[in-house]
Amino acid sequence: MLIVLIMPIVQIILFGFAITTEVRNAKVAVFDPSCDIETQRIKQRIDASSYFTIAQNLTDYNQINDVFKKGKINIVVVFSKDFANNLLHTGDAAIQIVADGSEPNQASTQVGYLSQIFASYQQELLEQYHVPFRIVPNTKMLYNPQRKDAYNFVPGVMGIIMILICAMMTSIAIVREKELGTMEILLASPIKPIYIIFAKMIPYMVLSLVNLTTILLLSIFVLGVPPGNLFWLVIISILFIFLSLSLGLLISTLVSTQAAAMLSSAMGLLVPTLLLSGIIFPIESMPVILQDISVIVPARWYITAIRKLMIQGVDVQYVLKEFAILSIFAVILMTVSLKKFKIRLM
Amino acid sequence: MRQDVIYTEELTKKFGDFVAVDHLSFNVQEGEIFGFLGANGAGKTTAMRMLCGLSHPTSGKGFVAGFDIFRQSEQVKKNIGYMSQKFSLYEDLKVWENLRFFGGIYGMKSNQIKEKTESLLLKLGFQNERNALVKSLPLGWKQKLAFSLSIFHEPKIVFLDEPTGGVDPVTRRQFWELIYDAADRGITVFVTTHYMDEAEYCDRLSIMVDGKIKALDSPTNLKSQYQAQNMDEVFQQLARKATRKDS
Repeated sequence: MLIVLIMPIVQIILFGFAITTEVRNAKVAVFDPSCDIETQRIKQRIDASSYFTIAQNLTDYNQINDVFKKGKINIVVVFSKDFANNLLHTGDAAIQIVADGSEPNQASTQVGYLSQIFASYQQELLEQYHVPFRIVPNTKMLYNPQRKDAYNFVPGVMGIIMILICAMMTSIAIVREKELGTMEILLASPIKPIYIIFAKMIPYMVLSLVNLTTILLLSIFVLGVPPGNLFWLVIISILFIFLSLSLGLLISTLVSTQAAAMLSSAMGLLVPTLLLSGIIFPIESMPVILQDISVIVPARWYITAIRKLMIQGVDVQYVLKEFAILSIFAVILMTVSLKKFKIRLM
Repeated sequence: MRQDVIYTEELTKKFGDFVAVDHLSFNVQEGEIFGFLGANGAGKTTAMRMLCGLSHPTSGKGFVAGFDIFRQSEQVKKNIGYMSQKFSLYEDLKVWENLRFFGGIYGMKSNQIKEKTESLLLKLGFQNERNALVKSLPLGWKQKLAFSLSIFHEPKIVFLDEPTGGVDPVTRRQFWELIYDAADRGITVFVTTHYMDEAEYCDRLSIMVDGKIKALDSPTNLKSQYQAQNMDEVFQQLARKATRKDS
């Protein structure tokens, strides 16, 4: 009953204030070989904007790839050498924006805002010196030169499908037996409860693996998304499947009707995954409290890892954090669920 | 001296402060048809769950088919059959598929399962229904099938939890024919029921009130002890003193 009354309030607050596709506090890294008065001014403007924060100063152009892979930087601004000189003498100065194409929507928006900042600075100079200076950025979209939208949603779809099939379907399957009464018969029989659990999980694990294959095949061959680091992609997907199955088992120990199982999976798993895992709404743009909540949404880590592995094509060492977190989650969830299942028997 | 198929000593189950089953001590002999009666909330189901190894006793001892229900619940489960109130069969499986599944769970070999399936279908008159989905069977047939499944592996004792709910008296009578048949084969039958006429069919029965057994004897002896015409009156006399309401 409370859910029905509280839900609209929560949704309005979430959508109205917190969840947005807007860029906020995007982390910028700057490579500035000139370090002169013009670059300083531009950097100040960037930092002052609510959309951006200058987080790192690079010392070498080659660091850019690395910095994106670590995941701490959203976008890079590169100034050319002798920037101020060039600007004053030729009226033209080269700036490059390097964006993270593994999140194309975000990247486009960020490039747009940065370009606006440059354009308005250009306007300032014009009004001050009456010389038509041109600061036109050259944009490079790393990892996704063709700006394919598919890069955006393929990781998200993978996460959602796993949660749906593994968590929701498994929980419904187990609860159905409880509801119909066949679970009692199974428990009174010599079958060990762990085999009952395996029997419920294995079909959905197999289905998820088939789905994973289908999604990957379609994405790679039809949508043109790069396979990236395929081996580790599959490994982490298997880990996430295992985690989702545990979630399904956990839900099944908490509810007693199929309808409740479906509702809990939808409200407790699907909705937070859709809203808070970074699929649609960038995590960096959320208020801090939601970012903190997003830490316990397992899909968030999975999707981050998939983006890195698939689209950036990184080596496994860049996703060790995600691996560790997902593993810990999986172990905790499986242990808790098994214990709860056993206790319900007694 | 017949073996005790069920033997309990001060068997107790507490949920927090609430004592659902209060120091039960009784026994059931091999080949008996034992009726386990009591009002709703008296503790029947809780007691039966403990005997089936579905729930751990809080204190006391219990032995079913010679095995400790607390420490040897695996062995207990192998030697019992169980039919629940909902006569839980897999509705979207066929009749023979249900038989194969439960036979397999109880460790029966394939050819054994095939043989027994044939003879069971013949005996129940279900040969034409072999391939029918269980959900298409009428209630009375489901009931018979569920019972037959529960004794498919020839256990020492079968626990029946309100097996005749919702069917007409004729069908109930037919069902009890199956129970007599099983008892003749040496299978002990432990049955809970609300129908007092069925209580008369039992060799001995117990009546639980507020977690304790207040009466345990054959129907005949109980009727003379309580000077009643039928089991209904015996039950009324005992149940009236209950302090526990329907839970």
